[in-house]
Amino acid sequence: MEKIRLILDDVMEGNIVVLEKGLSPEEQSRLIEMTMMEISPDGFSGIEMETYSAREGQSSPGFFGKLLGKKGPGARMTVIGPANQMKTIKKDKDLISAWVSSR
Amino acid sequence: MNLFIRTKKRLSRFLSAFLKKRQSRIGIYGPPNAGKTTLSNRIVRDWTGDALGPVSEIPHETRRARRKEGITISNQNGNSLTLDIVDTPGVTTKIDYQEFVEYGIEKEEAIKRAREATEGVAEAMHWLREDIDGVIYMLDATLDPFTQVNIMLVGIIESRDLPVLIVANKIDLPDAAPQRIMKAFPQHPVIAISGLEGDNMEELYEHMLKVFG
Ligand SMILES: Nc1nc2c(ncn2[C@@H]2O[C@H](COP(=O)(O)OP(=O)(O)OP(=O)(O)O)[C@@H](O)[C@H]2O)c(=O)[nH]1
Ligand SMILES: [Mg+2]
Repeated sequence: MEKIRLILDDVMEGNIVVLEKGLSPEEQSRLIEMTMMEISPDGFSGIEMETYSAREGQSSPGFFGKLLGKKGPGARMTVIGPANQMKTIKKDKDLISAWVSSR
Repeated sequence: MNLFIRTKKRLSRFLSAFLKKRQSRIGIYGPPNAGKTTLSNRIVRDWTGDALGPVSEIPHETRRARRKEGITISNQNGNSLTLDIVDTPGVTTKIDYQEFVEYGIEKEEAIKRAREATEGVAEAMHWLREDIDGVIYMLDATLDPFTQVNIMLVGIIESRDLPVLIVANKIDLPDAAPQRIMKAFPQHPVIAISGLEGDNMEELYEHMLKVFG
């Protein structure tokens, strides 16, 4: 579960992690468990994540949908960040797109 | 002689523990405040007369999983099933003690609750991988079912091939929309109930006999 550890360490430092392949159910389950063990008062309060998929025929694919659409149907992407910061990031779309394309 | 008897006793205890088929352990999972403890209490009360744990409108009321063993459910056709019911803490990916403070709880107690809740959720996730034989996944039917936690949890349950029943709870409330839950999870049976009022419990028990039997 080295992968989960790395993701969580990154998020705990305040970063947003974008995973192009998403996480398996087993990994998601471990991520929740590990996240719980890292929460502390006035410190880290957990994560938020969202999975975006590029579905065919979607009327308004949205920002991530459009981004994924280029990768073809069925593509998925998972975004994981510190709790309560995802909303601001969703608003700041330019920031995310810059971040994604720089990887 | 004495030693022989003692050894024999120990051996038979070992064998019976080994051979006894473990009862199905049914975990009641779902987001905080869905009504898991209310339902667990009702199931336990309906079939044994006891209760399982306290209920509250404050999220994370249940912070440690509670188990009631050996509950036998039956119907008029003579079908019956004995299982253990495990009431789990509401699953979430974030917990901030400030949430409790907002409910008027003192800081020190709030910090303690938050800590207990994180440990409880970690434990519930661990059990889901190791120790649970079937799941009742509970949702508040007045809320949007398409949350990341719900999608993740149902995905985790499916990946373990566990038998699952989805419960659309709180149908006594005017805003309840169980159809929304049925649409969200068409691959699973969805039973609309009110755990509080006891509406539609017979249908839930029928499905439990079918799915977990
Ligand atoms: N109207 C209505 N309220 C319900 C129903 N079931 C539970 N509630 C209420 O919802 C709140 C939460 O109920 P609990 O049973 O504590 O929920 P829980 O899922 O165990 O919550 P946590 O342990 O905090 O995760 C309480 O105020 C209950 O009275 C229902 O069927 N209808
Ligand atoms: Mg509870």
